[in-house]
Amino acid sequence: MIPAAFDYKRASSAAEAISLVSQYGSDAKFLAGGHSLLPLMKLRLAQPAMLIDIGRVKDLSYIKDAGNHIAIGALTRHMDVETSKVLHEHAPLLAHAAGHVGDAQVRHRGTIGGSIAHADPASDLPATTLALGATYVVQGPKGQREIAAANFYKGFLESDLAADEMLIEIRVPKMQGAGWSFQKFNRRAQDWAIVGVAAWRRKGEAGVALVNMGSTPILATSVAGAIAKGASISDAAAMASNEADPQSDLNASTEYRKHLASVLVRRALEAASK
Amino acid sequence: MTITENKPTNIIGTRLLRREDPPLLTGEAKFTNDLSIPGALHLSVLRSPYAHAKIKSINVSAALKIAGVVAVYTGKDLQTAWAAPMPCAWPVTPDMKNPPHFPLAIDKVNYVGDGVAAVLATNETASRDALDAIDVEYEPLQAVVDLEDALSDKNVIHKDLGTNKSYTWPLLVEETPGCVEEAFKKAKYKIKERYVQQRLIPMAMEPRAIAAVPQPFGGDITLYSSTQIPHILKVMTALTLGIPEQQVRVVAPSVGGGFGSKLDVYAEELLCMALARKHSAPVRWVEERTENTQATIQGRGQIQHVELAADENGKITAVRVRIIGDMGAYLQLVTPGVPLLGAFLYAGVYDIPKAYDFSCTSVFTNLTPTDAYRGAGRPEATYAIEMAIEALAREMKIDSFELRKRNYIKKEQFPYTAFSGLTYDSGDHLLAAEKAATMTDLAGVRAQQKKQNVPGATKLLGVGMSSYFEMCGLAPSRVLASLNYSAGGWEAATVRVLPTNKVQVITGTSPHGQGHETSWAMIASEKLGVAPEDVDVLHSDTAISALGLDTYGSRSLPVGGVAIALACDKVIEKAKLIAAHQLECAAEDLQFVGGTFSVKGSPDRALPLAAIAFGAFTAHNLPEGCEPNLEAQVSYDPPNFSWPFGTHMCVVEVDTETGAVKILKYIAVDDCGNQINPLIVEGQVHGGVVQGIAQALFEEAVYDSDGNLKSSNLSEYLVPAASDVPAITTGHTITPSPTNQLGVKGVGEAGTIGAAPTVMTAIIDALSSLGVTSMAMPASPQTVWKTIQEATRGGKK
Repeated sequence: MIPAAFDYKRASSAAEAISLVSQYGSDAKFLAGGHSLLPLMKLRLAQPAMLIDIGRVKDLSYIKDAGNHIAIGALTRHMDVETSKVLHEHAPLLAHAAGHVGDAQVRHRGTIGGSIAHADPASDLPATTLALGATYVVQGPKGQREIAAANFYKGFLESDLAADEMLIEIRVPKMQGAGWSFQKFNRRAQDWAIVGVAAWRRKGEAGVALVNMGSTPILATSVAGAIAKGASISDAAAMASNEADPQSDLNASTEYRKHLASVLVRRALEAASK
Repeated sequence: MTITENKPTNIIGTRLLRREDPPLLTGEAKFTNDLSIPGALHLSVLRSPYAHAKIKSINVSAALKIAGVVAVYTGKDLQTAWAAPMPCAWPVTPDMKNPPHFPLAIDKVNYVGDGVAAVLATNETASRDALDAIDVEYEPLQAVVDLEDALSDKNVIHKDLGTNKSYTWPLLVEETPGCVEEAFKKAKYKIKERYVQQRLIPMAMEPRAIAAVPQPFGGDITLYSSTQIPHILKVMTALTLGIPEQQVRVVAPSVGGGFGSKLDVYAEELLCMALARKHSAPVRWVEERTENTQATIQGRGQIQHVELAADENGKITAVRVRIIGDMGAYLQLVTPGVPLLGAFLYAGVYDIPKAYDFSCTSVFTNLTPTDAYRGAGRPEATYAIEMAIEALAREMKIDSFELRKRNYIKKEQFPYTAFSGLTYDSGDHLLAAEKAATMTDLAGVRAQQKKQNVPGATKLLGVGMSSYFEMCGLAPSRVLASLNYSAGGWEAATVRVLPTNKVQVITGTSPHGQGHETSWAMIASEKLGVAPEDVDVLHSDTAISALGLDTYGSRSLPVGGVAIALACDKVIEKAKLIAAHQLECAAEDLQFVGGTFSVKGSPDRALPLAAIAFGAFTAHNLPEGCEPNLEAQVSYDPPNFSWPFGTHMCVVEVDTETGAVKILKYIAVDDCGNQINPLIVEGQVHGGVVQGIAQALFEEAVYDSDGNLKSSNLSEYLVPAASDVPAITTGHTITPSPTNQLGVKGVGEAGTIGAAPTVMTAIIDALSSLGVTSMAMPASPQTVWKTIQEATRGGKK
């Protein structure tokens, strides 16, 4: 488990991190919690020439009530998201989902920004923030820009982030009392979801996103649309995979994944409607 | 000298905390890779990415240019380093086919992970980097992955053998010739089942690690290895390398689990030793997890065809079994013998006539070699007979527990001479089963099941059970001889009372998590009347423990532990002669209680062991002809296997919409005879049960049709964690073994043997109303869901 040789720089601020990444370009990778990147490096599946350690950039670890949304610094650890009082009050779905990431050790090291920037469709938080209609704030050499979660994920482990940009904040709209549910189906508690569903519902409105049902986290717009039109939960849940394109792997075939998605979406909407 | 009071000796049977745990928990314990060895060269092994390929060429020039790289060797370079191929100690039949197997492949690779080249470097990083710089040109060949495909010989792996079949080993026991066939003809009920034992990866928490250290002069070499078998390893490495055995010392430092996977002689051990001698420098290696999944032995890997014949009452009248065993690419240390260890157990705990027809044909495949994995042959056999009993009960439309009751060997039949001629030492299967049923609240669960499993329900309740026997405590040497095993089954022990009445126990067993130091100290403490903390247990270093046959097959207590008790007896016998001499009485008049000899009827005339030990050391006043010092050595060959048994039950709830299986309750009633330390017994049962549940629900070495391992790391090979298994409730019955003085039986493998069929029968029970009668292991959610789909689709036709 020895990675290929790499250089290492530690950034003390977001500005310094961006200046470093501008200097080293696509050979560089940000290192935050390290729970996605380091295993890939140890298996030599990733061999970045330069690691820019942003793990000690303190000003990016926060959870703040910003009026109509909650602002979460990109370097906030999963454990802090899981236990945040502010999130429990205004975005309980996200806090709950963060409690399902990996195991306790992972949640103490891994960060919400790292998880989203890594853009793994099997991770819990990209889909959860997608369901919640979050906005991601990124910073580059020319300043900041905002990207809607729905426009962020471009492909497997690919996002709208440019090589010289860094995710700095996640803005999650307040849920305003919506019912919610997070369904994570896996074989072992610590594993990635075989299929996961993050859902909320407020009367005729619903948001549903799927974990591990395609090359990106999937927004199940057909389901939400059907609910808006007054469809029953089970009729809406039958459309769970309309936007999805799931792969087969050791745990699940495409067919089984689609079946699971409709069962789990139904269960999620039932729980969110209580 | 004051006479210490006689104290009752009742250490055996207490829940003494393990002395092993503080150093393990604080990190004080040293594993092989923790050893600081200045000047060591690091070995890395380049492994084949192909399951079956010719090696056309190997170019190492770029690797040699990497700073720190000292040398790179190919299989051809080292051809002359070996005095013999890697050892297989169990040629089960005279005509068994055994392809030559060397630490690095020569000309052809036969599984993904087969060693192709070895790098030595001054540091681990350079050694690892060099692997990427070696250029190997392969010519891929068709891989043989499927067992039935291998059996067909369409594609022969080892051309010189002319076949993929390694051997066929039959065990036909008939009262009269042809009686098996006749029994099947006459049978009122017959079942014929096919089961697949998936390949499992033992996955010890500590991967293998090795350091070979040449001594400064004289040609001696010390091998540190994360092994279960330092003694066997010493003999085998000496033979394979052509080194005089007395020049080899093997040390197993703290070893983090084995489960059979470290009961082997591995290529890397031989490479480290050969290259350490060649370079006159220490050579060390530590396994990466992916290497562990590919280049350490795997377990199970069988296709089982089982037939039972029964009369109108369900009494079994004949058993017929055909096995195809997966050897993998080569035969490792005891690979071919694994199916044989189960061969006698396909009648389970049931009383059957001499009408038993077993045969195993084992084949080579282009997969990682298999070998002993916790239970080795016995979980496979128990699974088959217990699943078959369920099938027979379904056929007869009676309750499977009732069917078991009709067939159990009865308490009064023990010691029971089985169809095979083997004698089962002691048992009470009905008692254990009824205890399990009570602890499960079987009647209550059945009532709940009736309420819950109504048409349309999506959460179905099921109850499963398995009654097992474990043939363990390997083993009577003469029985091993009859199975053509190349070694014996004895164990050695030395017990030495030091001048200050502290005790040294030297054992030939080699613990790797079992708690031998605690248990062996308890045995000596009980026997000698000293405090357990005054007993030091030395092991796992052939310079200290010269004789021994190591730890596997649930043998350490019923063989090694009993050897210690016998050595204590010898010490007491000698001490008694000294005591009689000093007390001026006849030895027969002395009693030994609580560590003190006293004259029967005159308790004032007494001498504690402490005084005798010091006296034996000074040798000032010993009886005529009595040698100084108080020590004894024993090599103990057990007269029989030990036959622990028990019944496990569990309650599962199956979510028919997702296929998820949840174990609501798990009850394990095990009988391992007398328990030295119930805490350790429970730990062994817990660990074993979890590994059995893992086979039933989680684990499988998955290969694609080209022989690539798809589950080569811990995110894909699903070892369950504490959060994924139920609370386990243990219960015990105690039926002492009559064959040894401690009345003990082994328990290391019992849980693994009982658990898989218990879980699988529960799942099938839950789904029986949907028409499900079989289920493949592991019963992953997808497999369960698909099986339900197939059964209900079939039902609609």
